[in-house]
Amino acid sequence: MHEPLDTDVAIVGAGVVGCAIARELTRFDLRVTLLEAGPDVGAGTSKANTALLHTGFDAKPGTLEARLVPRGFQLLSDYARRVGIPVERTGALLVAWTEEQRREFPGIVERSRANGYGAIAELGVDELYRREPELGPGAVGALEVPDEALVCPFTTPLAYATEAVLAGCDLRRSTPVTAVERLETGGFRLATPTGAISARYLVNAAGLHSDELDRMLGHERFTVTPRRGELIVFDKLARPLVEHVVLAVPTKITKGVLIAPTVFGNVMLGPTAEDVERKDDTESSADGLAYLRAEGARIMPALLEHEVTAVYAGLRAATEHVDYQLGIHAPEGYACVAGIRSTGLSASMAIAEHVREQLGVAGLRLEPRTAGPPELRMPNIGERSERPYERGELIEADRDYGRIVCFCERVTRGEIRDALDGPLPAVDLDGLRRRTRAHMGRCQGFFCGAELADLLEARSG
Amino acid sequence: MSAGPVVIVGAGPAGLAAALELRRRGVADVLVLERESALGGIPRHAHHQGFGLRDLRRPLSGPSYARRYAQLAAAAGAELRTETMVTGWSPGGPLELTGPRGRERVDPAAVVLATGCRERPRSARLVPGSRPEGVITTGTLQQLVYLKGLAPGTRALVVGAEHVSFSALLTLAHGGARAVGMATELPRHQSLALFRAGAALRFRTPLWTRTAVTAIHGRPRVAEVELTDLDSGAVRSVECDTVVFSADWIPDHELAVMAGLAMDPGTRGPAVDAALRTSAPGVFAAGNLLHGAETADVAALGGRHAGAAAAAFLSGGGAWPDVRIPIGCEAPLRWIAPNVVVQGSGAPARGTFALRSAAFMQRPRVEIAQAGRTLWSGRLRRLVPGRSARLPHAWTATVDPGGGPASVRVSADG
Repeated sequence: MHEPLDTDVAIVGAGVVGCAIARELTRFDLRVTLLEAGPDVGAGTSKANTALLHTGFDAKPGTLEARLVPRGFQLLSDYARRVGIPVERTGALLVAWTEEQRREFPGIVERSRANGYGAIAELGVDELYRREPELGPGAVGALEVPDEALVCPFTTPLAYATEAVLAGCDLRRSTPVTAVERLETGGFRLATPTGAISARYLVNAAGLHSDELDRMLGHERFTVTPRRGELIVFDKLARPLVEHVVLAVPTKITKGVLIAPTVFGNVMLGPTAEDVERKDDTESSADGLAYLRAEGARIMPALLEHEVTAVYAGLRAATEHVDYQLGIHAPEGYACVAGIRSTGLSASMAIAEHVREQLGVAGLRLEPRTAGPPELRMPNIGERSERPYERGELIEADRDYGRIVCFCERVTRGEIRDALDGPLPAVDLDGLRRRTRAHMGRCQGFFCGAELADLLEARSG
Repeated sequence: MSAGPVVIVGAGPAGLAAALELRRRGVADVLVLERESALGGIPRHAHHQGFGLRDLRRPLSGPSYARRYAQLAAAAGAELRTETMVTGWSPGGPLELTGPRGRERVDPAAVVLATGCRERPRSARLVPGSRPEGVITTGTLQQLVYLKGLAPGTRALVVGAEHVSFSALLTLAHGGARAVGMATELPRHQSLALFRAGAALRFRTPLWTRTAVTAIHGRPRVAEVELTDLDSGAVRSVECDTVVFSADWIPDHELAVMAGLAMDPGTRGPAVDAALRTSAPGVFAAGNLLHGAETADVAALGGRHAGAAAAAFLSGGGAWPDVRIPIGCEAPLRWIAPNVVVQGSGAPARGTFALRSAAFMQRPRVEIAQAGRTLWSGRLRRLVPGRSARLPHAWTATVDPGGGPASVRVSADG
């Protein structure tokens, strides 16, 4: 007799990719368990990146990444519209500052076309400065990528995970997987500090730690070498300075320092690219910040006159391989979803679709749920659509949407209550911040910090 | 401007004092908007003594002072509205308000901006490291301890050595935390010798001068802070679970920028003349939006001055000035307030200009000049960063309206 298994599919890692896979699988009649080591979903690499929705124009042709990023762009663009994830299609301008960089243009255009993206086009210098008058002097040319967009990196994984939870996914936060063993009768047993979980299928979406989990299963294929990216977020008063995502001409090592608006109405400068030893080294550095400020002063001098709202650093889960490390071990039912360096947000839904198809080939029974997907509408935290404080009829119905608690970001008491009460409640200040924008603004809590601490304390106490 | 109310944005000392003055001068319709849930501004959570000396002529604690002003303004007949934030204001347009009553628009007859100032947080000071819990400003510290009764931590480093930094020592002690030290990049503290001696005796708090906070480590809470000696370059670390970034004030100027007001590059608040007029007709500004930060009573006296000027404006007190001569500052001076000269604008609040320096100076000579012509010069007793020196105002009558900007400079010798 077989012991009954706890779940059909266990997904390890609730970053944007793990959450997308959980959402995809809960559309089918399956028991899905999503395990996250950290206190919340989307709270690792997924929260600290450049928050761009890429077309995939610059991927290396022929790779899985080059196939999944454009597909993910389409899927996420549609999904974002449907559930209310903030997206702004600003377009990108890839700027050359030297003739040498400009000589790269034909190659970039050719690669873009090979990736199926034909809307890329060269702009004259005059047109470039007409579009971005605050750009520093010395640009010699630009390529326009009209579909590159900004996306909310917080709402995206939250939307996936919320939909999955509403559809019955068993999400366990603060639950690190400490060991894995194969069961003789098929399937896996995952050890966690709060008990073991047995699963027929296992999906490794552990990001920075995906190589460790992979090794626990006896593989020796790749090593995650965390590559740190530091970013500076400027005050919203700087937002009128920049219209597009301003990209640099990429090198072999990095896509370079970019300047981009955010969906919250700030302006972002970064990232750096530095290989670090530790997988938890998300500290910003004096050298990194000095480098970014020097680059910023060159690309857009006026930006540097503005106040800095936030500084943060994130880690890309890079490996020694160029492409994603997506592999399925059909007989045993193990899917490895790793090496998704910096395009995970853009490609997440396509990766999920790909993994679901692969698991199907491996024998996972995929019967669509009879109930259909749950109705989902995420709270809007983007600047392009109406925020609750702007909606008179909403305030009329519930006065707490008129009570602004976080003044800098205009977050209301009603939104904070919703974030603490929702199907995927915030458990700490960082979770509250990613759900509502509270405490994310220029004062960093001078005005609302104590009030938020009190509200959180009341909830946990 | 319309026949609507005079709208005062911000119910701290400056805003409430402006409301009182407007009512005292017979202005009927005075509306004060406060985005917090209580009136009074920063003094609500500043529990130390010494408020009210210059304006109310009696010593009060911060909360008593805040209550007193709220009572006076209510008794004077001003309409006081809390939980109401001005969320939109384009140049010349109506004010858009958001509050539990809903969304409203108000066409004001005049506006007094009194939105105050705040301390620069760690991120704006570009201190690298991790982003742990326990990194706060004095403002947050006061609210945690005095408004919410929450413990701030157990071992705290205070960054800065101004008056407010020393007040943070009292707040930490009240909240049950120990201050392990105070760090300032300057060569000495900027407060009163009495406060420094008190901190040394009462709390045994060391003061580390010429010391920069160069990294913060720890997760999820602060574990240690890296300090660098600016002279020797020596680096050491201090264990603590709380870091309080104090002072380094910046005006809360979003609304002023939104309204398209000309801004002063030094104060980063709206540029104003002695009558506290901004560049937009009918729009006045007062308090620490103009000079971050002065004590509450100085802010209130500015509010009173703005209230009087707004009342004069409403009773047809002349056209809005179009010739505005800016006053700039040369390093190491940081700013002067007011910072615009308009002929016939009278004496500024308290009869003086406030001048700030980034460096300590003893017996400096200050000169105000326009196009190479000295308008005033004199010697000050001293300049201390973070504290204002006061300059006379009679020289403003000699400014040439067509002579371009004026500037203030300082020299140690001669």
